[in-house]
Amino acid sequence: MSGKVVTVTSGKGGVGKTTVTANIATALAMLGKKVVAIDADIGLRNLDVVMGLENRIVYDLVDVIEGRCRLRQAMIKDKRQPDLYLIPAAQTRDKMAVSPSDMILVCDELRQEMDYIIIDSPAGIERGFRNAIAPADHVLIVTNPEVSAVRDADRIIGLLESEEKGPGRLIINRLKPEMVARGDMLSIDDVLDILAVELIGVIPEDESILISSNRGTPVAMSGLNGSSASQAFRNVAQRIEGQTVPFVDLTPKTGLLNRLNNWFSKS
Amino acid sequence: MNWFERLLGKKEKSGATAKQRLQMVLIHDRADVSPGLLEQIKDDIIEVIAKRLEINPDTVVVNLDNTAQESRLVAEIPLLHSNGRRRAAVQ
Repeated sequence: MSGKVVTVTSGKGGVGKTTVTANIATALAMLGKKVVAIDADIGLRNLDVVMGLENRIVYDLVDVIEGRCRLRQAMIKDKRQPDLYLIPAAQTRDKMAVSPSDMILVCDELRQEMDYIIIDSPAGIERGFRNAIAPADHVLIVTNPEVSAVRDADRIIGLLESEEKGPGRLIINRLKPEMVARGDMLSIDDVLDILAVELIGVIPEDESILISSNRGTPVAMSGLNGSSASQAFRNVAQRIEGQTVPFVDLTPKTGLLNRLNNWFSKS
Repeated sequence: MNWFERLLGKKEKSGATAKQRLQMVLIHDRADVSPGLLEQIKDDIIEVIAKRLEINPDTVVVNLDNTAQESRLVAEIPLLHSNGRRRAAVQ
């Protein structure tokens, strides 16, 4: 078996990389795949809390690289999904504790038993980013429909091209359909016009994402009853698997209440 | 936004403003050419052209233009003593 390495990156911080990583890893595991998520944000460990596995960490990525434990010992098994694992970041070290070739070695070993290795990249374009993309077969760029995040995504796309990691595929996170409908947010088409890159997912702003993070259960798993974000994440997983899945219709519902709301907000 | 909305003094929607601002800033980001560098290039061009031809420096426009996969530098340099029909465009 030869697993695929998928790196989730963005340039800008705070756009939802960790949430996207946790949910895509979970959704792929729900499709019956063997998945390991790696937190490559050394010193700012977070994927563990979003996945709800923070209490079970013994060893981390730097322990593996520096030979204090075997790879298997640093893989925390999720209790809810049979084939989902997490390799947490070290919390008390910095990015220089890991090199791009370390990441390639670790991932090459993981490829032998896993279907997918999903890497959560740190923000920025320095060492941590280079570490995260070094082993990547595919790169997902997370952005928000706002000027700063799209600008940084453009920079990342340029860097990926110069590193010969392909153009990457885009996830637009935190879209607010009502704001797009009234012209106060960049639309999906606006963002695609500007970045000229393939779209693999659109995640609507959804309170259930935060509620799920609060509980440490990714929304892809918990929000099965009607959360649009949950469905959107599971659709991304299917697209990663090579399936053609139509994009969820995100045009706001025009019920009487909504129309009244729109009418009153037009001032 | 159409002329009628302009006439009514309506403000452009912020989403459209965001897109325009992004397109402008990305032209400079992608080419790694700052607005300041563009000004310097413009001054240099004016100096060279003015040695041979009569031009009004205030009418010279130098811009970056993004088309499909390439960025290009576009300079427009109107010549004096032309009746408006003759314009030299150097690309």
